Amino acid sequence: MKLPAVLQVDRAVGLGSLAGLFVRPSSRSLLCMGLLCSVLLAGAATAQTNAAKAPSVLATLIKWTPLMAEGFALNLMISFSAMLLGTVSGIGLGLATISLRRPVRRISWITTQFFRNSPWLALLFFCVYALPHQATLFGASFIIPDWTKAVLGLALPIMANVAEIVRGTVQAVPTIQWQSATALGFSRWLTLRLVILPQCIKPAIPPWMNWYAILTMATPLASIVGVAEALQVTTEALVSEARFELLIPMYLYLLTWFFIYCYPIALLTERLERKFGVIT
Amino acid sequence: MEAFFRHLYETTGYNFSIFYDRRDELNFVHGLGVSLELMAISLVGSLAIGIIGAWLGGMSSQLVRGSVRVYVQALRNTPPLIQLYFFFFALGSVLSVIGPNGRPMPLLSNFTWACIGLSAVAGAFNIEIFRAGIESVPRNIRDAATALGLGRTKAFFLVILPLAFRLCLPALNNNLVNLLKSTTMAYAIGVPEVLYVSAQIWSDEFNATEMMLVVLVVYAGITTALIGVMQYVERRLKVPGYGA
Repeated sequence: MKLPAVLQVDRAVGLGSLAGLFVRPSSRSLLCMGLLCSVLLAGAATAQTNAAKAPSVLATLIKWTPLMAEGFALNLMISFSAMLLGTVSGIGLGLATISLRRPVRRISWITTQFFRNSPWLALLFFCVYALPHQATLFGASFIIPDWTKAVLGLALPIMANVAEIVRGTVQAVPTIQWQSATALGFSRWLTLRLVILPQCIKPAIPPWMNWYAILTMATPLASIVGVAEALQVTTEALVSEARFELLIPMYLYLLTWFFIYCYPIALLTERLERKFGVIT
Repeated sequence: MEAFFRHLYETTGYNFSIFYDRRDELNFVHGLGVSLELMAISLVGSLAIGIIGAWLGGMSSQLVRGSVRVYVQALRNTPPLIQLYFFFFALGSVLSVIGPNGRPMPLLSNFTWACIGLSAVAGAFNIEIFRAGIESVPRNIRDAATALGLGRTKAFFLVILPLAFRLCLPALNNNLVNLLKSTTMAYAIGVPEVLYVSAQIWSDEFNATEMMLVVLVVYAGITTALIGVMQYVERRLKVPGYGA
């Protein structure tokens, strides 16, 4: 059976928005997707008639800039928090992978590999679904905002990758340094803290920054689980404007924001890599 | 097995519906097929983009080299999800034809856009990886190829690329695993891949935790398989005298 064009597209995305209505976290993003698809098709027909009286594309972009900036600030906040959480737990996990105790080493290795090789989006979903919707603390019950769960979901892969950086850099320190520290009467923990780890900081910085950039570019994934970050705001703006000719400039505008933030980080990482002479 | 999972559900409440419900099973298997297809196409696509990009990046023309650089930096430093939205919603809406009933109809499906989007990003990373590999091919091998009368193109495809390919296998391995993982992003534009059908199933059966577990295990399996294949390739293609 041949469906009309509108239905053909809506069937694919519309199913998503229908499914979205039944799942627990905000269904806004999926609903938006369905709406946006309708905008695409309806907008094409009405674009010519609207174009005459509608404000220019540039004016519309400027109009939405403050809201998009708010969304982008949430992206940055998610990236900072997830990086902090991921780094702290990753250092712990990384040290566990070089533990002398075999079971500790095994378990932390499996944990690292599991979180490194799982898709980010799946981990994000997992956190959003597995964590309770609201929590009770000292008798007061409050709703856990979705973005904190997104932070946790994004921190997990960061944790695993930071653990790999820690393990890699520690193993890159020549064995003779461990031996000389032992000869000087240092315990294993003291050797690690005073001799080995200080040498690991420098080579760990470029890959760590690289992961920060990757994390920042992954934060728009949070829009899929209903966090009102920049991509979500942009999509909602497009739905409410319902103007066909805005689609390309609006998304390009948002891409530019991320590029302006991430490109300098990439350049700096490259420079530090060359300076420290590490190949990662 | 069917009986086992039904029993598991009845006794413990762990609802792995895809193992006993025929409809869920078909849906899931279909999603798995779409995922694998998506992975295969974007893997090949990204490798092709990587090789062609690295070749163009070594051209003498400033313009060609500059455009490759812009392409690589633009795709590497912007969020892949927004790129996918840009491809599907923005470019997809421009690339439409008037359907038989007089209404505009998208020219490319969301599956095609997902393939294009994923190949484009992974391809940008591959260009960088191949470029690094090509740079590490010793200068005198190039000179030797020239001395044997090979032209630029022939020297690239017959001598330099086969060597560079071996040198950049570890980095390539990493990037391809990343590509496999990022296919889940196609969920966002409604491609019915594994994550998408799982979301459909758990909204019917309310078994989100179990389905997430299945998805994670499936991906762990697929990435492990790819890593295995890549390690085999790495061993087979090892150049004597390089690496440990």
